Amino acid sequence: MAKQCAVKKKVVREGKELFVCDETRARLLPVLQQVQDKKGYISDADMQEIADSLGIHPVEVYSVITFYSFLNTRKKGKHIIRVSSCISNVMAGSEKILKEFERALKIKVGETTKDKRVTLERASCIGMCDQAPAIMVDDKLIGNMAPQGVKTIIRDFK
Amino acid sequence: MKIGREGPVIFSEIEPYAGLKNALNLGKTKVRDTVRDSNLKGRGGAGFPTGLKWNFVAVSPAEKKYVVCNADEGEPGTFKDRVLLTEYPGLFLEGMIIGAFSIGAKQGFLYLRGEYKSFLGILEKKLEEMRKDGVLGTDIMGKKGFSFDIEIRMGSGAYVCGEETALIESIEGNRGEPRNRPPFPANTGYNGYPTVVNNVETFAVVTHILVKGAEWFKSIGTEKSAGSKLLSISGDCKKPGVYEIPFGTSIKEILKMADAKDTKAVQVGGASGVCIAKSRFDRKIAYEDLSTGGSFIIFNQSRNIIDAAKNFLQFFEEESCGQCTPCREGIPVLLEGVEMLKAGECTQVYLKELLSLSETMQLASKCGLGQSAPNMFISVIDNFKKEYTLSKVNKKEKKFNG
Repeated sequence: MAKQCAVKKKVVREGKELFVCDETRARLLPVLQQVQDKKGYISDADMQEIADSLGIHPVEVYSVITFYSFLNTRKKGKHIIRVSSCISNVMAGSEKILKEFERALKIKVGETTKDKRVTLERASCIGMCDQAPAIMVDDKLIGNMAPQGVKTIIRDFK
Repeated sequence: MKIGREGPVIFSEIEPYAGLKNALNLGKTKVRDTVRDSNLKGRGGAGFPTGLKWNFVAVSPAEKKYVVCNADEGEPGTFKDRVLLTEYPGLFLEGMIIGAFSIGAKQGFLYLRGEYKSFLGILEKKLEEMRKDGVLGTDIMGKKGFSFDIEIRMGSGAYVCGEETALIESIEGNRGEPRNRPPFPANTGYNGYPTVVNNVETFAVVTHILVKGAEWFKSIGTEKSAGSKLLSISGDCKKPGVYEIPFGTSIKEILKMADAKDTKAVQVGGASGVCIAKSRFDRKIAYEDLSTGGSFIIFNQSRNIIDAAKNFLQFFEEESCGQCTPCREGIPVLLEGVEMLKAGECTQVYLKELLSLSETMQLASKCGLGQSAPNMFISVIDNFKKEYTLSKVNKKEKKFNG
């Protein structure tokens, strides 16, 4: 049964509202997604505060974060590029796109650029197989990627 | 390339809110009867009769009931819900309201996969519009005492959350680990209350049924599978996209529609589905033959089926929640087995052991992910004998020792 929130709490960091917690345990995921969106990751201190306000143990918060691949406990790049690697995309040449990103960003898949600007990852199917090869840049879905398009995407970050 | 949106059910003409209006006039019981009589089955792939599920929830004496729309399509090669979510949001949302009315729910959730976060704007806007139109909120369409609203919840990139009990765990703010079933969500769902969980497509179909009637719906498709199915067609073809086909359409006909040539095999049902070889292309899409959530991936002659099997197993290895042993430990062993097959290092004896392991996984895994993870492997062994050669040498043989 849902546990009522221990205390209503609004957490402000550096003048910005980080999250508001006023309900039940069921709010945990939306709260974590808020923090993830605003900071790009969820720090130990955030976990402690979220746990306190929901009246649960921080380990529970940690266990939830680590389960979901879009929630991070460590800082990643400002932008995340995810290349879909399901079979339809592989057949359409997603590995070539991935290689092109690796070359243009000078990193390997799974790594972040030195200036902390971009992280490159592989994703499971992102639901764009009809427009393969497809990628996800932050929240945006981009289909029909050509290796030549890689440079344009990276340039837009700068 | 834009594929024409046409089809007998979902893409057929419909007036907004006509289904809901009919539902409110019919009354709760008759709505459920209509859905039951239409023989509508769940469009997520499992094919549980929707009317029966709604009835379970409706007759329960619990004080609260919930409606959940599963928009967490994560099966490789599935993107049909993307089209419904972005181009026909009113259709399935109306279906959710109809469902809520007939079972007596006051709150609904739309569980949207993290990858589709960019659609949040479209959906929020639609919900707001529906609130203004008076079809969401209190006293819906003037019906006293019928209040309902829908909240969107985002997933965060976990495939297993498409499994209904894992999805509920996720909405409750937990790790998305599947629960034991039974009890099913219709009995013990969100926060322990009876919950209807249906696919986006199922809700979209419900709206059409309430407008056009159960008899009309049954006239489409086959005897055991009423209606039509949305297919997400991708892979080696000239016209990939979302197609609506009546149940009973054969693979051969579908390949023609998508303009696929030189086809070697078709993967029906995504990574957890089965791989159909060319000799069986007369098989049909229907619950009694090939049941699918909508994924339809085409391989041409230049493709290696073993590579595809390897890709799927890598996917499952990544997405397994790790909760139960057969799935967590079985998948890496199968993956290694596929690599051995490809290198020609697998012996007959070891292959037998792998097949026996596959059977164990199908029987003993807790949820659909583990139960269906070996499907592709078994398909390859059974139907694509030409794709691999077995080794006669025993030296690389391994036992299951971790």
